[in-house]
Amino acid sequence: MRYYARKFGFYLVALWAAVTLNFFIPRMMPGNPVDILMAKLQQRGGTVDPSVRRSYELLLGADRSDSLVQQYVSYLGNLLHGDFGVSVSSYPAKVSDVIGQSLPWTIVLIGMATLISFVLGLVLGTVVGWKRGTWLDSIIPSTTVLAAVPYFWLALILAALLSSTLHWFPLLGGYDVSLSMGWNWPFISSAIYHGILPALTVVISSVGGWLLGMRNMMVSTAAEDYILTARAKGLRGNRIMIRYAARNAALPSVAGFATSLGFVVSGSVITEQVFSYPGIGGRLLQAVENNDYALMQGIFLVITVAVLGANLLVDLLYGLIDPRTRVSN
Amino acid sequence: MTSLIPSSSGLEDLPPGAEPGAVPAPASTRRTGWRAMLPSWTPKLAVGLGLVVAIALFGLIGPVLAGDPDTIRNISLTAPSGDHWLGTTQTGQDVLDQLTHATRGSLQIGLLVGVMATVLSAVFGVIGGYVGGIVDEAFSLFSNVMLVIPGLPLVIVISGFVPADQRGSWTIALVLAVTGWAASARVLRAQTLSVRNRDYVAAARVAGEKPWRVICVEIVPNLLPVLASQFVFAVIAAILSEAGLSFLGLGASNSSTLGTMLYFAQNGFALQREAWWWFVPPGLIIAVFGCGLALINLSLDEIINPRLRRPVRKRAARAASGSSRNSAVRSTAA
Repeated sequence: MRYYARKFGFYLVALWAAVTLNFFIPRMMPGNPVDILMAKLQQRGGTVDPSVRRSYELLLGADRSDSLVQQYVSYLGNLLHGDFGVSVSSYPAKVSDVIGQSLPWTIVLIGMATLISFVLGLVLGTVVGWKRGTWLDSIIPSTTVLAAVPYFWLALILAALLSSTLHWFPLLGGYDVSLSMGWNWPFISSAIYHGILPALTVVISSVGGWLLGMRNMMVSTAAEDYILTARAKGLRGNRIMIRYAARNAALPSVAGFATSLGFVVSGSVITEQVFSYPGIGGRLLQAVENNDYALMQGIFLVITVAVLGANLLVDLLYGLIDPRTRVSN
Repeated sequence: MTSLIPSSSGLEDLPPGAEPGAVPAPASTRRTGWRAMLPSWTPKLAVGLGLVVAIALFGLIGPVLAGDPDTIRNISLTAPSGDHWLGTTQTGQDVLDQLTHATRGSLQIGLLVGVMATVLSAVFGVIGGYVGGIVDEAFSLFSNVMLVIPGLPLVIVISGFVPADQRGSWTIALVLAVTGWAASARVLRAQTLSVRNRDYVAAARVAGEKPWRVICVEIVPNLLPVLASQFVFAVIAAILSEAGLSFLGLGASNSSTLGTMLYFAQNGFALQREAWWWFVPPGLIIAVFGCGLALINLSLDEIINPRLRRPVRKRAARAASGSSRNSAVRSTAA
């Protein structure tokens, strides 16, 4: 139980840190974001009533009579109500609605791609690590090349090859805009078709890290005494590899999943930009371009909460599959 | 950014109390002293060093030899030819000239961030690991929090708030360093914990050495291979993130890096017009440089983790390394 309590405590602290960062960043930066926002809002024909200004000021800070503590408390209150303010770039939509529209795209795309790449990396890493000293070792340097390739550049190359030249996949967008959105097969198939190329980018550029990590752990595990024992018992090679070595070697990869998720999300922000994908990363950049600070902050918070949530899930799972963590903590 | 970090996860995620068996005990190898800190000369290392040196020279000497990268000519998007080895951009600028300057810019920021991030991670990882207690708890909580907060979105938000005219290279470098040190701090902390309990450190403490001296003279030298490999990671990560940021148009203003080249290529519709000579070379430079650094890192990993070394003869190695090594193996298995 202590293990789980510790984990929950940690993620609460992390969440608080993210929220607080979000509160202080606009206040520490030069310039007056509230005035920029209000000017933008007027351009778009929004009514500039004091309550809108007040909610922006709470979000972004301004030279007001309130003390920082009071601002902070009101800011937390607004967040608890799910009130992120009004988006300027897609006025008059609320920030929470804009995020709600684009979040599913990213979660499905990045979630699927990450899972595929994780499983693929573990399977390949198991085999490569187990058959050490054979021709399979020559795969290792290529993983380092893949890990060093910039996400977005790989995306550009894939787009140039597979869609501009070969016309296999569409270049831009998340679905065929002539179709109406909904749970019908033409729309879903078009979404899948449009998602293949971005997903491929994420898989190709992140599979190398998993492969290398798993391979290194397999090499370490293969030297353990219990593997020798298993061999001495005359078990089949495949059984030793999967049931004895891989199961133990995969533990650090599962634990490291948390660490790398942040990187995957970061990379996918840029990937979405390359493919003009309607996900949350593309939205974030639109928000930055349009000085839509409220949307920027909302998206950052949502991304952080999603990553923290996924990490928490993995950690809870880890406690389940590796009993040692529950005891030693 | 990339998922470069999991490759070292074998080190950082050992159960607490287990000795990673990482820093080579001087007795277990024939190479002693400072020689033991240097990676053995393998083809991997040679290729890695070759690639890194070649690109570093390209970035150092290239801009001197190249023409002005901003010269605009009336030859738009021409394919590579004798006059322009890598073709021209939309506004007729020579891609090769731009590439040399951009490489220099990227290397500069990579080095700068690499140094800053490594110093930060050493401060938080080594000091936290050595001092222990509440300081360690606080430092590792802080670095774990920094680790799980996704870096690039944070950097994007920060860059979004800083007005473009105030976004200098130092600002970007600082932001990248502050968001990029956490993973190494964790690795360094784990290593420090294992070194801290060695007998010679205890001896130094009993002899009355001051804490900073124990850290600088007794512990840090043993961490040098780890520090070096974390530095290499930091440089790769910095170059990649800077390129990503510049590609999004959020990099330092007036800077010229490989990322800004790709930004202009993307906005000049190089992709749609199939001007591969414009967008392929910048990414290729990053990829090759990163690959060179990663190969160097693989060699460094083999110093840090002797088990990854090419097995000479397992039985002989085991017999030579004696009981300390075996107990390390066992405690990892436990």
